Amino acid sequence: MSTSMHDPELEAQRLGRQTDEGAQVLRRDTPAQPGTHEVVVTGGIWPEDDGTMIINMGPQHPSTHGVLRMMMELDGETVLRAKPVIGYLHTGMEKQAEHLTYVQGGTNVTRMDYLSCMSNELVFALAVENLLDLELPERAVWARMYLVELQRMASHLLFQATNGMDMGALSMMIYGWREREEVLRLIEAITGLRMNNNFIRVGGIAADLPDGWREHTLEVCALVESGVAQYEALLLENPIWQERTMGIGTITTDDALALGITGPILRSTGFPWDLRKAQPYLAYDQVQFDVCYGRNGDCYDRFLIRLYEILESVKIVRQCVERMPDGDYRIQDRKVTPPPRARIDESMEALIHHFKLFTEGFKVPAGETYVPIESARGEIGCYIVSDGTPKPVRMHIRGPSFYNLQSMAAMAPGTFVADSIAILSSIDPILGEVDR
Amino acid sequence: MGLEAISHNFLTGRLEDLVRWARRNSVWPATFGLACCAIEMMASGAAHYDTARFGMEVFRASPRQADLMIVAGRVSQKMAPVLRQVYDQMVEPKWVISMGVCASSGGMFNNYAIVQGVDQIVPVDVYVPGCPPGPETLLHGILTLHELIRTGEIMKRREATGAGAGLEVAQRDGVPVTLSGVKG
Amino acid sequence: MADVETEVADTADEIVLEPVAAALVARFPGSVGMVSHGQSVVHVDRASWRAASLFLRDEERFTQCVDLTAVDHLTDVERPPVAGVTFERFEVVANFLSHPRNLRVRLIAQVPVAAPRVESLTSEFPGVGFAEREVFDLLGIEFEGHPDLTRILMPDDWVGHPLRKDDADARIPVTFKGDPGPR
Repeated sequence: MSTSMHDPELEAQRLGRQTDEGAQVLRRDTPAQPGTHEVVVTGGIWPEDDGTMIINMGPQHPSTHGVLRMMMELDGETVLRAKPVIGYLHTGMEKQAEHLTYVQGGTNVTRMDYLSCMSNELVFALAVENLLDLELPERAVWARMYLVELQRMASHLLFQATNGMDMGALSMMIYGWREREEVLRLIEAITGLRMNNNFIRVGGIAADLPDGWREHTLEVCALVESGVAQYEALLLENPIWQERTMGIGTITTDDALALGITGPILRSTGFPWDLRKAQPYLAYDQVQFDVCYGRNGDCYDRFLIRLYEILESVKIVRQCVERMPDGDYRIQDRKVTPPPRARIDESMEALIHHFKLFTEGFKVPAGETYVPIESARGEIGCYIVSDGTPKPVRMHIRGPSFYNLQSMAAMAPGTFVADSIAILSSIDPILGEVDR
Repeated sequence: MGLEAISHNFLTGRLEDLVRWARRNSVWPATFGLACCAIEMMASGAAHYDTARFGMEVFRASPRQADLMIVAGRVSQKMAPVLRQVYDQMVEPKWVISMGVCASSGGMFNNYAIVQGVDQIVPVDVYVPGCPPGPETLLHGILTLHELIRTGEIMKRREATGAGAGLEVAQRDGVPVTLSGVKG
Repeated sequence: MADVETEVADTADEIVLEPVAAALVARFPGSVGMVSHGQSVVHVDRASWRAASLFLRDEERFTQCVDLTAVDHLTDVERPPVAGVTFERFEVVANFLSHPRNLRVRLIAQVPVAAPRVESLTSEFPGVGFAEREVFDLLGIEFEGHPDLTRILMPDDWVGHPLRKDDADARIPVTFKGDPGPR
């Protein structure tokens, strides 16, 4: 790692690291109680009390991370109640998925969490492969893990940028994008697109990793690490940053669990739950990385967690570079994956397979399954119900931001308006997967 | 009062060029990022692609202070009235770039939830295709818009077709002039 | 999904249920446990929906309801029968996760279209508040006891429930000539 300017003592105070001793199984001995303080959810028109003001933030607003509308009841500058109103980006993706074959499904799902596109594709592909009982070649598994970790890096880098901008650290916006551009350039070299790649497909990945990917990856890793060192120097001990994020938006583990919260928010409360360790998928049980967790459940912890998760992803990516197995990049089952394009000219069978796959798709035996993975935002799950036809009966994505957004109502009351911006930013919602 | 109100002759010709030059070199967009295209729009505003070198120095949050609305992303049924309201709040002269295929035509989402093209709601000047269009494509769209502003084509087209806000400006001699839009 | 407690054997003649599923089946007679692609699924009676979730939280230490959704089976080509369960048009599906035991279980309840109502889980698991509103909005299933059962994704004045298979407004038009058409 390049020279980091952070204070290890401060880090040790604020951040916990759970190191890898193989697959971790976490135990909590105390049973969860549903919340230690009351959160009242109300509907309809809020009655106007004396002296309080009900204002509306969004859906068009520079700080709402997409088209989120926040209704807030204010007493002066203090937020009494906050209610997120969503639906401004509802795209009918789950209905659309019922009209797309499983081959096309990835294109739809990838646009939900549009910051970590390949995580969506991965969860969809894993769910369909679960229904098909497919066994993927090693290289496909490792390549998927490599790509998803790159995507996690890109997502967290953008979080750093927008989080900084929301708090007024405008230079963070520029710096965060600088590193993200490097990662996106690598992703473009591999998948062909910067975003919405449709690269992780049922059966493996769409194409093999290109020549020179190892060198390019190592360059990008070095750049990202030096970038993270700069962010640490800029923000970690910045007194203004600490004033604005420490102690702001605290939430306890019990509240977080009751509200269905997963991901960095849950980890910031002191509970090191990460599906990559607890219920490993792909090849996460064969790579070394730490689970970063906080202690206080505030915005500063969430910022730290996402910052150091970038470095953990770099660690994983480096291990993928060293240990990427040779072999097929996708399963060679002609009923599921298309033949190589060159074969179409030579073989009638290949032509027919290609034709059938891209017009009709492949049939999936009737059944249902729920497959969760750990995306940059938390547990993203795909629930598919199939009926033996090439199109799903129901394709539902459990979007982490959809559930995480409910924490706004728990964290915002009692804070100032500017703090509520900081809290919303630290939740890191992506409205694409909230509204679907 | 805009360019359109002055009577055009040799002397005012250079003034028109000057005003058009000023207009196109400081087009400030309103923040209207909706979905994935918003990420690429932010990328084009960041240091690597940098729209500021083309005059788009800042993204203004308030539509009153913005010249350009880049509709970046899919417009849902719930968002459509909000879009129109923000467009109405913008002050003339204003332009709209429809960024991405979802804003241009509904994109891959031909369903109940998405407005099939933002030109159903607001008049669009430049359509930028892509899903999402990379920053280079968006910059090409922006420079196309700059070119259209430079030649004055948009304003002429709006007068001819009757699109635009239809503002009338009272003149000193009592004869009102339509700034852009429907005549009479 | 890593399952620490027991192995699950899924043979043609005998299905060994995980302890959680077995406990649920024992506590709620009429419910049917099964294993679906390595995952523990229990079909419960609609009447014991809330009681089952309470049981999971209090006695089986399931700390989180990670997902609640529903399915419309109107146009299913093939729906594998489950012995002991009368299928209805709708199914409400809830996925639970136990952090201390590192286990998952899925509860499914059948909901008839004539009486699309089921108890709300918001008092035990406040996190499903949004999810239940979404199911109400898109599929029209009501959750009794939900503090704010209003539309969440569609505009407030929208008529219809788009995710239902027979919702006319939400019908996706035919995209090309050979397309078999909407389901």
